[in-house]
Amino acid sequence: MPHRLHLGVFFTGVGPQLLWTAPDFAEHTHIDTFIATAKTLERGLFDAFFLGEGLRVRENRGRVYDLDVAGRPDAITQLAALAAETERIGLVATQNTTYNFPADLARRLASLDLVSGGRAGWNIVTTDNAWTGENFRHGGWLPHERRYERAAQFVEAAKALWAGDRVERHTDLVGLSAAPTVPASPQGRPVLFQAGDSAGGRDLAARHADVVFSANTDYDKAVEYAADLRKRLAEYGRSPDSLRILPGASVVLGDTPAEAAEKAAWIQREQTTGPRAIAFLEQYWGKDLSGYDPDGPLPDIEPADGELDPSRGTIPIHLRTGKLERVAEWRRLSADRGLSIRDLVIEVNPRHNSFVGTPGDIADEWERYVRTRAVDGFNILPQELPGTIEDIVDKLVPELQERGIYRTGYEGHTLREHLDLS
Amino acid sequence: MHFALEIDGSGAGSPPATAIGLGAAQAAEAAGFALVTLADSPLPPPGGGGRVEAGVRAAFLARRTGRIGLAPTLHVTTTEPFHLATQLASLDHASLGRAGWVVGAENSEAALATVGAQPLGEDELRREVADVIDVARQLWDSWEDDAVIREHATGRFLDPDRVHHVNFTGARFSVTGPLITPRPPQGQVVVLGADTLGVTGRLDIALIAAPDLDEVAERARQARADGAPLVFAELDVLLGEDQLDALTPWGPPRRLRHTGSAGELRTLLDRLEGLVDGVRFHPAVLSIDLPRLAATLGARPGAGRTLRETLGLPRPVNQFAAAR
Ligand SMILES: Cc1cc2nc3c(=O)[nH]c(=O)nc-3n(C[C@H](O)[C@H](O)[C@H](O)COP(=O)(O)O)c2cc1C
Repeated sequence: MPHRLHLGVFFTGVGPQLLWTAPDFAEHTHIDTFIATAKTLERGLFDAFFLGEGLRVRENRGRVYDLDVAGRPDAITQLAALAAETERIGLVATQNTTYNFPADLARRLASLDLVSGGRAGWNIVTTDNAWTGENFRHGGWLPHERRYERAAQFVEAAKALWAGDRVERHTDLVGLSAAPTVPASPQGRPVLFQAGDSAGGRDLAARHADVVFSANTDYDKAVEYAADLRKRLAEYGRSPDSLRILPGASVVLGDTPAEAAEKAAWIQREQTTGPRAIAFLEQYWGKDLSGYDPDGPLPDIEPADGELDPSRGTIPIHLRTGKLERVAEWRRLSADRGLSIRDLVIEVNPRHNSFVGTPGDIADEWERYVRTRAVDGFNILPQELPGTIEDIVDKLVPELQERGIYRTGYEGHTLREHLDLS
Repeated sequence: MHFALEIDGSGAGSPPATAIGLGAAQAAEAAGFALVTLADSPLPPPGGGGRVEAGVRAAFLARRTGRIGLAPTLHVTTTEPFHLATQLASLDHASLGRAGWVVGAENSEAALATVGAQPLGEDELRREVADVIDVARQLWDSWEDDAVIREHATGRFLDPDRVHHVNFTGARFSVTGPLITPRPPQGQVVVLGADTLGVTGRLDIALIAAPDLDEVAERARQARADGAPLVFAELDVLLGEDQLDALTPWGPPRRLRHTGSAGELRTLLDRLEGLVDGVRFHPAVLSIDLPRLAATLGARPGAGRTLRETLGLPRPVNQFAAAR
């Protein structure tokens, strides 16, 4: 089997990634937008359509955050609706293992798998933060260090139910006594994706996942990450070919390299408007900075004590701690290079456009990634709806097909088949 | 009168394990039913076979039907209230305003054990049902209709004064909110539940399961007095002498039951007309009874664009907007 590229789209729904100011912005919470997107992706022979999860509306200093797109459906419900509108594309729901009941979630996922004819996937995340937990029966009950222990026990229970077994499990992290209720789909059980990047997350992937959804798009990092995961797979007695690696990636296409670069710069500035740059700093300062000019120097006042405001979405732990050191570093950077608030935020915000160029150039680059097995494909995070997706399907996909690294038709019907998983 | 159809059998003829209910929902829509309801339980059916989760099925059916209301059963005891509210709001968006919710209150030891919990006492259960309905209704209102403003000049996508924390505290859980999903197209999903749940004033449609007409009449009066905008009678139905065999697995009647001719069914419905606003049918064998039922009921009045419109229920004013 030649190494082929697998593509998905990660439909964000919240955050600065998706530009609601774009001229052709499609109302991103309307069912018609989801249907149109899924159908375009199916035309482009994508493996999967993903929905993210964030179970609390983002805030800034105690108020609902107003600058980014917000509002999203329940992922499994929405994907069940899309199952009725599509034929082949995989439908993957991000769902956490902290604020769900194992038997209930396993049952809903199996139901999605059945109604879609074997096209369901589960992107396993842990989302253990107490701020999100305030919407649930037992908010903040799980210590951060134990999130992957709970996740492993949760996934094991789900897998047993999907295999048709009764589950009786009572530990200090999970408690259930349940029998399977949903017949198996044509792919047996939902495909498991894992999206945590810490050592615990990678370990869970090596033990249980069929696909990892990583954050490593840079070539050297991708190679390093793949080697690390394959080593972990071996420790669990799994073959290197039993796991697909699909990092999340942004793509900006242009007819010429210059046009693409110009568009990428425009996107970055749109994603980091002046008010957003101020709000980004407020997360760290813990103070009202609305009086500062985003095109002026960094605030001269000192940040408040205490931790980073957790209310702006899932942030990896290494970015959540050490905020005073980070602010000191930013002051140096901004002084050295004469950066305004907005320039600095564009510079330091981890968000960036991973692949910028002509369709031919990006196809060449992706061919190298996939032929050397640095990745098995990408999960694209669109900045514009429907623009990004239509561009990729109409311009990039044909280039990939020409290079023999992308399918020219769906051969299988299930998500497992699309991913060449046995 | 409004007609609803339970498509998951009444315990007489069970649908196959993998049934989504597509044929039944489409046939019910063609026959002019206002809505279908979908039964559910976290437990496998006692006689073996399977059960596909009702909310997932309803969402699938939403895109294969165009006018009929879709009301899955979701149990308040074995779910997270926040997920339940999000799922139903999402169903309303996916169906463009045709979602209903049959309030389930599974309280058996086996059902509760699936979430590692114990059955609740009678009062505790009533309170839990009330709390989950209340928080769902607050969450559905937590985004005002005009919360999304997309104001280019200020860079504001939404108006934070129109998206609300609900800060709900119930007896056994609390929820801060707001919902992650904008307000459902109907404003509030249509809530159906048995009058015996003890939360009649919180329902849009009270369902009365009583084995004789006098009791139906009495409990319907009571449900109206308790504040239910609409009252439906529950009715087991088996049409035609040729399938009386189907009766065997049917236990003693818990609700009105009609077995026999279409003509007698019409007489029964005429008598119910003055007592209730609608009937939910529980056919003995869906594939046989549904076509016969459709023929008996004849042409129905046209459906509205949303389930609320079909039922003549107003789109509720947003409680947070009203308080502002
Ligand atoms: C590409 C990518 C997408 C993710 N999407 C989500 C998401 O939609 N919802 C969520 O709660 N977590 C998501 N996560 C996972 C969390 O952000 C995760 O907690 C984070 O990567 C930190 O990893 P850790 O939990 O292993 O420490 C995603 C992670 C990655 C790498």
